[in-house]
Amino acid sequence: MNIATQALPDASEITGPTPGQRMRARVLGHRGIVIGGVILGLIIFMALAAPLIAPYDPYAQSLTDRLKPPVWYEKGTWENVLGTDQLGRDYLSRLIYGAQISLMIGFLAAIMSGIIGTVLGVAAGYFGGRVDLVVTFLITCRLSLPVILVSLAVVAIFGGSLEIVILVLGLLLWDRYAVVMRASTLQVRSLDYVAAAQAAGCSTSYILLREILPNVANQLIVVATLEFAHAVLLEAALSFLGLGVQPPLPSWGLMISEGRNYILFDPWLIAIPGAALFLLLLAVNLLGDGVRDVTAPENRG
Amino acid sequence: MLVYTLKRIVLAILVSLVVSALVFSLLYLTGDPATALAGENATDKDIEAIRAAYGFDRPIWMQYLSWLGNAIQGDFGQSIYFRLPVTDLILARLPVTMTLGVTAITFAIVLAIPLGVLAAMYPNSIIDRAALLLAVVGQAMPSFWFALMLIVLFAFIWPVLPASGSDGWTSFVLPTIVLGYYATPAFMRLTRTGMLDVLSSDYIRTARAKGLRPGRVLFKHALRNAIVPVVSLAAVQFGFMLGGSVIIETVFALHGAGYLAWESISRSDFPTVQAILLLFALFYIVLTFLADLLNAWLDPRIRVG
Repeated sequence: MNIATQALPDASEITGPTPGQRMRARVLGHRGIVIGGVILGLIIFMALAAPLIAPYDPYAQSLTDRLKPPVWYEKGTWENVLGTDQLGRDYLSRLIYGAQISLMIGFLAAIMSGIIGTVLGVAAGYFGGRVDLVVTFLITCRLSLPVILVSLAVVAIFGGSLEIVILVLGLLLWDRYAVVMRASTLQVRSLDYVAAAQAAGCSTSYILLREILPNVANQLIVVATLEFAHAVLLEAALSFLGLGVQPPLPSWGLMISEGRNYILFDPWLIAIPGAALFLLLLAVNLLGDGVRDVTAPENRG
Repeated sequence: MLVYTLKRIVLAILVSLVVSALVFSLLYLTGDPATALAGENATDKDIEAIRAAYGFDRPIWMQYLSWLGNAIQGDFGQSIYFRLPVTDLILARLPVTMTLGVTAITFAIVLAIPLGVLAAMYPNSIIDRAALLLAVVGQAMPSFWFALMLIVLFAFIWPVLPASGSDGWTSFVLPTIVLGYYATPAFMRLTRTGMLDVLSSDYIRTARAKGLRPGRVLFKHALRNAIVPVVSLAAVQFGFMLGGSVIIETVFALHGAGYLAWESISRSDFPTVQAILLLFALFYIVLTFLADLLNAWLDPRIRVG
């Protein structure tokens, strides 16, 4: 008996790696996902642990310590690693707290517009006919209005604040979700398992939630990363133009705008928050591209 | 083709109407336009007089219709800040924005098409990877930050170009680079995929087999077909650029319509904001309409389906 068990090959040798293991190997083997994931992870950690790791209060002004350069300049000191701004606030602390604002706006705006766009897109793709006509029309109308102008105008009317910016971006950035979800749903709808569910008498809501949605989730995630980056970028632009998040909040876009007056002698005031924005956007875009590569059926080995 | 064109025209008009209603209702979110027009030291009596004079006491839909009627005839009312006709203000600023749009899109296409062709000819080569890197970096760089960095480089450290203003062609160089750079990846990707498709097609193999010179195959046979979608993308991108011009013109203090939009928003000059918003939207609608027609004309499958 003992001999018989030894002769039998291990179960894993026959079946090979499970789909989960294969997916994990693909994710970890993708350079974009690893780099993007590490950068994004660091920025998320920075935002969550801000009160613990920020060396100073980001709002504490010190008029005697204004415009101290970062440590790599001749006059820089280790006391303020990234120097201080025009009000003597520690730049590193402001940068760390600024991550909270960018991430919050990105997440909330991407989720809000994601819900609107997914509902519209899936409905248009699944029901077709008049629903599709109306949704396509709404998408065309939305696309013809330039986001930046509309959000500038609306923020100017209601006053700039974090909540208004999130709300405006959340209500504006649903177009790509709707376009992509509509196309993916159209594809999935005609597949056999949806027909089987319909034949088995499943309710429409069951089919939409349990059959359609899980099968368009990959595309949804890719669009979500794109819109996350889009929202972060727009918040920075709005704040830069003075019609977004208001001082003294340490929004990276606002920091660039405040540093603008010192562009001639202290260009690092602009370069540092800009580089932070660049890294965040790069990480999110790399992750999004990576998810698209990894989940694309043609790349499955 | 005629039926398709008519359908598209009806759609474009419907979209324009809905957008105009949205743009108009923006004024009503601001509160009482009569109070804004009257200024800070106005008495209740003044405000009443203005309300009656401008017709703000009528129902909203009537005001919308009369605004729309005037707008169709090119009359967008008076600017609250400048006390001048909005139409004149915009017409004076529009040439700058249009120039910027045309130079930026030219810059993007001139940069993107050779890169896209090279990337398609040598897939996974250094050129292909560099082109991809350019796109990834461009996607992640805020345009206003890129603009400021270019100002630091080319106006302060190595002063060859003006940092801001709108005198002479030199003040268009940096804004063109910034605005054009952001449209480049889209054109490049489209050229690359188009070329890859075309290069593997039968007629290219035939052209090669009959012994045509490689250059002739590439430019005469391949590029001409690969470039078709690029033309319609250019129309759509031009519409997007008008929105982008708001940021770029503001950073460079380039006195175009985008800068006027930002100024007017900051000054709560809403008749001007409405007019620019509607104008930009109409530009986009007309350009996408033309792109659709072009696509349908070139590809019969679209107009039948």
